[in-house]
Amino acid sequence: MLTEYIDRIRAAHAAETPLVIQGGGSKAFYGNAAAGDVLDTRSLAGVVDYQPKELVLTARAGTPLAELETLLAEHKQMLAFEPPHFNGAATLGGCVASGLSGPRRPYAGSVRDFVLGIRMIDGSGQPLRFGGQVIKNVAGYDVSRLMVGALGTLGLLTEVSLKVLPRPAAETTLQFELDEAAAIQRMNLWAGQPLPLSATSWHAGLLSVRLSGAPSAVRAAQVKLGGEPPHEAGAFWQRLRDQTTPFFDKRPSTFNQSLWRLAVNPTTPPLNLGDAQWIEWGGAVRWLASDLPAAALREAARGCGGHAALFRGNAPADGAFAPLAPALLTLHRNLKQRFDPKGIFNRGRLYPDF
Amino acid sequence: MTARIEPAFLKSLRTLLPADSLLTAPEDTRPFESDGLSAYRATPDVVALPGTEVQVAAILQLCHQHQVAVVARGAGTGLAAGALPIAGALLLVLSRLNQIKQIDPLARTATVQPGVRNLAISEAAAAYGLYYAPDPSSQIACSIGGNVAENSGGVHCLKYGLTVHNILKLRAWTISGELLEIGSESLDSAGYDLLALLTGSEGMLAIITEVTVKLLPRPERAQVVLAAFDDVTTAGAAVGNIIAAGIIPAGLEMMDKLAIQAAEAFVHAGYPLNCEALLLCEIDGVNEEVSDDIFTVREVLAASGATEIRTAESEEQRLRFWAGRKAAFPAVGRLTPDYYCMDGTIPRGQLPHVLRRIREMSTEYGLAVANVFHAGDGNLHPLILFDANQPGELAKAESFGGRILELCVEVGGTITGEHGVGLEKINQMCAQFAAPELARFHDVKAAFDPDKLLNPGKAVPELHRCAEWGAMHIQGGQLPHPELPRF
Repeated sequence: MLTEYIDRIRAAHAAETPLVIQGGGSKAFYGNAAAGDVLDTRSLAGVVDYQPKELVLTARAGTPLAELETLLAEHKQMLAFEPPHFNGAATLGGCVASGLSGPRRPYAGSVRDFVLGIRMIDGSGQPLRFGGQVIKNVAGYDVSRLMVGALGTLGLLTEVSLKVLPRPAAETTLQFELDEAAAIQRMNLWAGQPLPLSATSWHAGLLSVRLSGAPSAVRAAQVKLGGEPPHEAGAFWQRLRDQTTPFFDKRPSTFNQSLWRLAVNPTTPPLNLGDAQWIEWGGAVRWLASDLPAAALREAARGCGGHAALFRGNAPADGAFAPLAPALLTLHRNLKQRFDPKGIFNRGRLYPDF
Repeated sequence: MTARIEPAFLKSLRTLLPADSLLTAPEDTRPFESDGLSAYRATPDVVALPGTEVQVAAILQLCHQHQVAVVARGAGTGLAAGALPIAGALLLVLSRLNQIKQIDPLARTATVQPGVRNLAISEAAAAYGLYYAPDPSSQIACSIGGNVAENSGGVHCLKYGLTVHNILKLRAWTISGELLEIGSESLDSAGYDLLALLTGSEGMLAIITEVTVKLLPRPERAQVVLAAFDDVTTAGAAVGNIIAAGIIPAGLEMMDKLAIQAAEAFVHAGYPLNCEALLLCEIDGVNEEVSDDIFTVREVLAASGATEIRTAESEEQRLRFWAGRKAAFPAVGRLTPDYYCMDGTIPRGQLPHVLRRIREMSTEYGLAVANVFHAGDGNLHPLILFDANQPGELAKAESFGGRILELCVEVGGTITGEHGVGLEKINQMCAQFAAPELARFHDVKAAFDPDKLLNPGKAVPELHRCAEWGAMHIQGGQLPHPELPRF
């Protein structure tokens, strides 16, 4: 099975024909458009090894995330970074390549934090293995984590080992009517206290806070924080994770606005860049539905210690992601050249020049 | 790269730094001859102690221009000879860059220079109820720049992660003196994850001059349970059972008989002495959760065959339980003229097999071993006891240590969990990685430092070195799988 992929990549390398890596296609909207023949990863499927007591799961990259999460749930475990499934077809490989994490991320860590090792095929068709299946490992450069968020531009992921965690025994959500500035302040203050926070969201005057942990800890925090439990809290966080609420639906054909993701210092006061906003991650991510020019949004995010990315909608001419400083761009080009010398993988998906 | 320092280079270097920031006389440079692994020594030719970031950048530019290699050093507590001086290279000591630039209690971050000590960050953050989580046992002395370079761990990694999980942003300089701003004040940044790539890169890719770390709220309460076992295998199984019960302890440590006895004799921690293995399981968090989890942990330990279970009855007793573990290395040091500390990681389920093999090898080499184990995350620290004054014992200890690391690889683990490769484990890298992976590591290096000026010869072996080492091993008949193709 692997040899078919190796042969295909070697042929593409020799002919210098670009390949577009695709799993479930759930994140096809993300990043810049890449042209080339589709390399479907979904026949690289299945769990290779899962030892609940070791807290480690290894699976082939084309395995659907839903399948992995079902298996983990049977053993009362989970992917703590709560990856988005979007349309439901998301695979492990796409999850790692996109580097996208969900509502639990600021409190539990990101997909990159949980990657322990990978197997991949580089742009010359060479299979490679980095990291491993143990939690502590500092032998060699951390190439496994370099692949997270690289959007497939450095190689085809074929297998991933992840650290998994026990599912919290109890979970509850509280809601508070608060204006934006007060909500941002509250999210940051609470994150500095020993509270079992596992997600935060603010939209349209409503702060939502999820607590997870032992039943006694969740109850104690609930008493401390007050607030009202909403209807269908589980569905609320899943809709936020998968962006299935109308706020996030920005199809270029029907909307003039695009959905931008501004990652900023979590204490950043209200951005005042329009009313259509959803705040997540304790204030560190501000989703904006906006028709402002890319330059203005990027500048605003940079000024707040972060970066802006076009998430859904029409990408600007210089690409969906914030342009890199020259010294960093050089390093990116050098790494791309070393891992994919003919530039066959997902050409242009991350940055237009590679 | 030159094999010796040229006078013209030194002359230019003197224009960049005040006189007291440059050491060249052997009596001044000798204190820098080794890091924490003192078996490896080399007196540096020139030691630079810059006090500002501007000086660091200027030194790097000059070294690049003269093609002089640069070895970075922090507090010098590393255990893998990563900061061992190299002939003809400049030793760049970053300990004078020791300012805490900012603590932002609301954003829960500290921005510090690389020479700031690990523990000093937590001390400075304590006023806000915050702390910096990674706590290598050298945390009183080791500095954050070195922690980033080695991706240091500690006893709380299973729950709180390593350095890579606890930093947000770096200011670093390439060998040509270009500034790299990596990471962000948010939780991610645009482009490739260079923050992860630089963390643990052992001074091979860039020189760090500023680190922004995450701070966490101090847990409301921490509580520790001590359990004794009459068999290490039973103790190992208990570790798995705690995790299977859905508990992630803040710390989960195991010691074997020799380590227990040494620690008890040294600090009188109150450990039971009539057991083969001891587990220390610390739970932290919200008060109510700690109570519930401690109850569960005690039940699991009893069901797993513990012969004795004690919960620390006071904060003072909790600290005493830990004092024994934290003093285990010096305690073992009292039993022997020298000891050699290894740092492999294994899948936890392999513990009984690995401990049995270590015992067999201990008999074979005639050298005693004390085992101290971060059981929660599979990080094993066997301490090999030897006497360097006995001809051949150091070589024997090194050979024994090397075989332990190869055993870790054989069972699906790694040759280093938290100490780094440095020069010490460079041969074992050949056991862990095949030629194509090693070639990619050299490619990563070349992407940052094409002239190989930053810490050359460390961390990643040249392929010919592996070929020679592989041939030597096969002759000795010690390679676990001689049928496998080696290069």
